[in-house]
Amino acid sequence: MENLLNIFVKSMFIDNMVFAYFFGMCSFIAVSKSVKTAMGLGIAVVFVMGVTVPLNYLLNEYLLGPGALSWLGPDFAKVDLNFLSFIIFIAVIASFTQLVEMIVEKFAPALYNQLGIFLPLIAVNCAIMGASLFMQERAYPTIGEATVFGLGSGIGWWLAIVSMAAIREKMAYSHVPAPLKGVGITFILTGLMGIAFMTFLGIQL
Amino acid sequence: MSKEREPLFSAKNMKLITGPLNMSNPVTVQILGICSALAVTAKLKPAFVMALSVTIVTAFSNLIISCIRKTIPSRIRIIVQLVVVAALVILVDQVLKAFVYDVSKQLSVFVGLIITNCIIMGRLEAFALGNTPWRSFLDGIGNGMGYGVILLVLGFFRELLGAGTLWGYKVIPDSWYIANGGFYSNNALVLLPPMALVCVGLIIWIHRSRNKSLIEK
Repeated sequence: MENLLNIFVKSMFIDNMVFAYFFGMCSFIAVSKSVKTAMGLGIAVVFVMGVTVPLNYLLNEYLLGPGALSWLGPDFAKVDLNFLSFIIFIAVIASFTQLVEMIVEKFAPALYNQLGIFLPLIAVNCAIMGASLFMQERAYPTIGEATVFGLGSGIGWWLAIVSMAAIREKMAYSHVPAPLKGVGITFILTGLMGIAFMTFLGIQL
Repeated sequence: MSKEREPLFSAKNMKLITGPLNMSNPVTVQILGICSALAVTAKLKPAFVMALSVTIVTAFSNLIISCIRKTIPSRIRIIVQLVVVAALVILVDQVLKAFVYDVSKQLSVFVGLIITNCIIMGRLEAFALGNTPWRSFLDGIGNGMGYGVILLVLGFFRELLGAGTLWGYKVIPDSWYIANGGFYSNNALVLLPPMALVCVGLIIWIHRSRNKSLIEK
């Protein structure tokens, strides 16, 4: 239990997807103009990440990893399909994104119109693919830990985009040098927030 | 088709390569593919390898998708694109692992993340689906190079200021360092991830103050 809490807090703050690894920056910069849209996209990302990471964990454990196919019989114990993991992971993520897109279109058409192209682009949101790849690289021992890691990373991303959107809404009233307006200042702000998040680095859980 | 054939490297085609280097740069203007641009640029060498891999994948995925663009049903095009890109990335990943293992270790998950690099998907959607294979190929090379230029500039400054080396070779003379009685010390802050963002912000600032038409309202 303690272990799970550790992974949760660690993936949310210390290894924050946006500020420590810059995953999902493209949609992070483009969709953080208003808090409402940011909230919608953030929740969609939490959902997709929370589902795809454990799914990919199972695939990695029983299909892709070295010796993962041994449940088929001793002949398969030596098969290592690791090189296929990119293609399998992205297929799982893309099909799940399609599902989320259909759900949002049905139940929240206003949000669907606001998010526009960025909803299907969750499929290529590096944060989600990154979470699956990190899960594989760090080799979490149980599915519980993988799930908690996925959820924590998703919530970390959601926190980041919502706080960024809040700052950008306030910034509409400040005097920013003209060439820095919009994208430029957003980059610098993200950098400063990243430095703030680095204060979590020394914490040992 | 009685249309006159245009030469392979006509002015219009060359613009596909030079445009993304400046006025429609994928990183600073289209804001695509930032994730990896920041994470791999602490040193020049991985930045170069990354730029090369992305250029190759962008160019060839553009070429392949453009060749089969008339047979892809538009409903499942994203999955088809992802499969093509993922297959190319697997090839690049295996080549890197075979020939430059140390760099491949440093890049870790970022090679896999070329699949989700928005430059590739963005160019496939915006260009390759509506243009001939040769033009798409050039567009892919152009955008890959535009991305590469930013990566190299970032890698150059971050490695120089942060570690005092370039491509792993010492540039700042030893006698300059405070430890040896000099006046200089490396700025380790530049090596940290957040400074990469600030550096991109500065590049955008310089780029836009030279090209006024890009300034946002």
